Amino acid sequence: MTRETLRILYFYSGIAVDSTSTVLQTPEQVKIIMTDAIRVYPPKPRKVYFYGTCLIDLFYPDAGLAGVQLLEREGIEVVFPQNQTCCGQPAYTSGYHDEARAVAASQLGLFPDDWPIVVPSGSCGGMMRKHYPDLFRGTPQADSANAVAGRVWELTDFLLNVCHIKLDDLGEPTTVALHTSCSARREMGVADVGPRLLDQLKNVTRVEQARPEECCGFGGTFAVRHPEISGAMVTDKVESMITAGAPEFVTTDCGCLMNIAGCAEKAERPLTGQHILSFLWQRVSTPAPGNDDGAQS
Amino acid sequence: MNQPSQHPHSVVQEFHPRAREALANPQIRANFRKAMDGLMTKRQTAFEGWELEALRDLGANIRQRALSKLPDLLEQLEANLTANGVQVHWANDGDEACQIIRDICVAREAKKVIKGKSMVSEEMELNHYLEAQGIEALESDLGEYIVQLAEETPSHIIMPAIHKNTTEISDLLHDKTGTERSHDVNYLTASARQQLREKFMQADVGVSGVNFAVAETGTLCLVENEGNGRMTTTAPACHIAVTGIEKVLEKLDDVPPLLALLTRSATGQHITTYFNMISRPRQPGEQDGPEAVHLVLVDNGRSSIYQDNELLETLRCIRCGACMNHCPVYTRVGGHTYGTTYPGPIGSILMPHLLGLDETQHMPTASSLCGACGEVCPVKIPIPDLLVRLRRESVDGDKLRVSEVRGHGVKRRRVESLAWLGWQWMHSRPQLYRLGTAVSARLRALVPQKLGAWTRYRSAPRLAPQTLHQMMQKRTPTAANTSQQPHREATR
Amino acid sequence: MSAREQILQRLRERRDGPVPEVPASLTTSMVRDWSAAEKLDRFQQLMESVHGEVHRTSATDWIDTLADVLEKRGARNLLIPRLHDIGAQILASDHPGLPELLHYDAPIEDWRPTLFNDVDAAVTSTRGAIAETGTLIVWPTADEPRLMSLVPPVHIAILEADQIFSTFQEAIALQNWASRMPTNALLVSGPSKTADIEQTLAYGVHGPKELIVIVVGAD
Repeated sequence: MTRETLRILYFYSGIAVDSTSTVLQTPEQVKIIMTDAIRVYPPKPRKVYFYGTCLIDLFYPDAGLAGVQLLEREGIEVVFPQNQTCCGQPAYTSGYHDEARAVAASQLGLFPDDWPIVVPSGSCGGMMRKHYPDLFRGTPQADSANAVAGRVWELTDFLLNVCHIKLDDLGEPTTVALHTSCSARREMGVADVGPRLLDQLKNVTRVEQARPEECCGFGGTFAVRHPEISGAMVTDKVESMITAGAPEFVTTDCGCLMNIAGCAEKAERPLTGQHILSFLWQRVSTPAPGNDDGAQS
Repeated sequence: MNQPSQHPHSVVQEFHPRAREALANPQIRANFRKAMDGLMTKRQTAFEGWELEALRDLGANIRQRALSKLPDLLEQLEANLTANGVQVHWANDGDEACQIIRDICVAREAKKVIKGKSMVSEEMELNHYLEAQGIEALESDLGEYIVQLAEETPSHIIMPAIHKNTTEISDLLHDKTGTERSHDVNYLTASARQQLREKFMQADVGVSGVNFAVAETGTLCLVENEGNGRMTTTAPACHIAVTGIEKVLEKLDDVPPLLALLTRSATGQHITTYFNMISRPRQPGEQDGPEAVHLVLVDNGRSSIYQDNELLETLRCIRCGACMNHCPVYTRVGGHTYGTTYPGPIGSILMPHLLGLDETQHMPTASSLCGACGEVCPVKIPIPDLLVRLRRESVDGDKLRVSEVRGHGVKRRRVESLAWLGWQWMHSRPQLYRLGTAVSARLRALVPQKLGAWTRYRSAPRLAPQTLHQMMQKRTPTAANTSQQPHREATR
Repeated sequence: MSAREQILQRLRERRDGPVPEVPASLTTSMVRDWSAAEKLDRFQQLMESVHGEVHRTSATDWIDTLADVLEKRGARNLLIPRLHDIGAQILASDHPGLPELLHYDAPIEDWRPTLFNDVDAAVTSTRGAIAETGTLIVWPTADEPRLMSLVPPVHIAILEADQIFSTFQEAIALQNWASRMPTNALLVSGPSKTADIEQTLAYGVHGPKELIVIVVGAD
């Protein structure tokens, strides 16, 4: 049969770069159009800054704590700047960029040393990594914003690809579905991380719902501006997980968690959920019934 | 389903009712879900074995390069087409473009116009205009023909009649053309062929769109499966092509990668049945083809998009519709709900420029910013970023950046602005934030169980008994917890 | 000021200044490494996947195949080119299996109803094919006008086996299209089709219901 491979040759300044064999060394000018540069994972650091996010702070602190404990389990010292509040994303996506910038500016100084900044959310991570540079472009804080952006990592990605975490499953056999948030999937590009972490757990059966890559309908203010559309989306998401045979789901972002679990609860459907970090921590830590840090659904 | 009103203000107000209506209509829901699922799968299959990211980079590069030289390329296109014997016209807006086409028809004493698929002509509302002038304008693309018979507008830019099922189409053809009712798609298609062939034989003028206009050679390229485009551009004595000014490409060599991206992204086809490249009217000795070929270049808001480096990327669009096929919002509410010529994600970043943000204010918010559109766009238009840009302009939300889109600031409301200002005030004062969140956690039992739109479909979120800040402060394992130390002042 | 001048002025006097240049030195080319046999296989496979019919013939027996194809469909007549070599060969063959032979040698205005209603099939030459997509390259001429491959319900295309290119880009380059484009150049990949009624495929909606490719020199 005929060979399917298509090679695309880039000619830059007379040098041909074959896309099948070479990682493109993108010259500055070419970056206007080229895909985001491939991100190189650093060696495991001694210390990290932990940016907890406001949803975790208020509604799911157990997930944040689980993330801290997983990092500490890897021998990393976790610094939690107490002056953290919010990354500014809610105002940013609503168009209120002055307000977003003011709040974000108050966060830029929280990470004085050159440690990575880990965020247990693709959405807040995406805001800091991808949108801070745009938000501060042309302002005196531009350099500082770019520096922060360059050090931001989504936490599960960091655990898997920087810490090379090994998860020994101590839990009872169970079945879960995974919902990777759209921002983790598309802004942070870590769609493969959740499955790879869950697949390390020997007593956990991961089932895949129909259209796993489709948005759950949260979208921040979208959920309240367009309640009917958002409601239809989240209802479909809940049903797809139940149909896949999952009594429980895990997700990488608290917005999705609040949305999907809240919908299942309201509709009295047999589906509970938790943040993937809470789930992972429970699987690897000694089972302790009645633990305060236990899961919320 | 109701048709979008011609009056844009009601387009905005009708978005929610129409969305509710569409969501409650199992027929619409099923038609779109099935169609979009199929199209997504086909697209994925079509790109198997391809280095899609590299190809998308290339597509974006070609389109951006053309835009970077747009005025020069338009002049080159005009010069080469003119040398080839094609007459080139320029129109500032849809009305001017309609008048140009009317004038050509009048000069030829043309009474019957047959049309190939053209979204720009939808944008111009050409059919209504010509009919008001006593000139018959008949759509010949089967989907467009169906939509025209139903007195509707397209619900998808590639598949105009995707909202209808076979029964509805069979009933429509029966009522309007006397075709016998049937569920046999081959029969219905054959019957339309018969009717439209008569029309092709009688038509005085053919009007088509253009997918790519190649400046280097003066060539108009049309992508299609049915052959109605070839018929429209060959059978009548006069062919008028109409296109947006952004559709120009620099070189013939730019065509193959874009064609590969377009058909695979749109319908998952390796290539469409026909790729039709027209460079001249009928030459001496040739036995068919139109004796006159015209190209109408339509601006209609595009040059204002062109003013801004960020917004400019909108103009890279090659109208494949992949963003719609992958949009979870579009999939659920369908194209008519948006009430605009271009629906879905591309519509939401394009229409505000064509009609003004005041008349399209529902569009930038009708997205969860999930990013599926940007991920599949064959020319890498950062659609989610542009949606955020338009949201920002809707509320004039950035003192450091100018708002440039007509109707900007339309959604700025005192109450909402104050709310965000309050949010800013609390979240940029860490001590206040900690105090406020700690108090909220303490008083969590007082949080109401009904939170407006949120709790219509979900239970209310429950505040945790302690915040993460509190938990972390109480913990000992991490000695370097910096809570008590003053921070270096943020660079201000 | 004319609309032309107004539009060009708006484009030239951009608020953000000139559009950042996109490096002209960044060009690309899509390369396929296929042998002649692989190209023909791939062409056939893809053409058949879109409902096209492909026959491999030798330089001597292709007219037999042509006659066969027409007989199976009960074609009453066949439109052929007058000047192109394939037309000359068909005429010279005097093949008994061929139906009445017609030429498109008058302007369409003189015989439109006949062409639309009474011609059963047409045979045209091609300028080659594209393996990657299963596509024929058709350049209509005065001898093989544009409607010839569009209006009759059966279009038979003659393809020289050694004229199959890997990609569209390769065809454009090797045949030097950019130096002069014809009045009309076409890529044809299968018979006319539509999926506008509930995504169900139906063939022959406007153009030919059948596309038959006779590959000559494929023995």
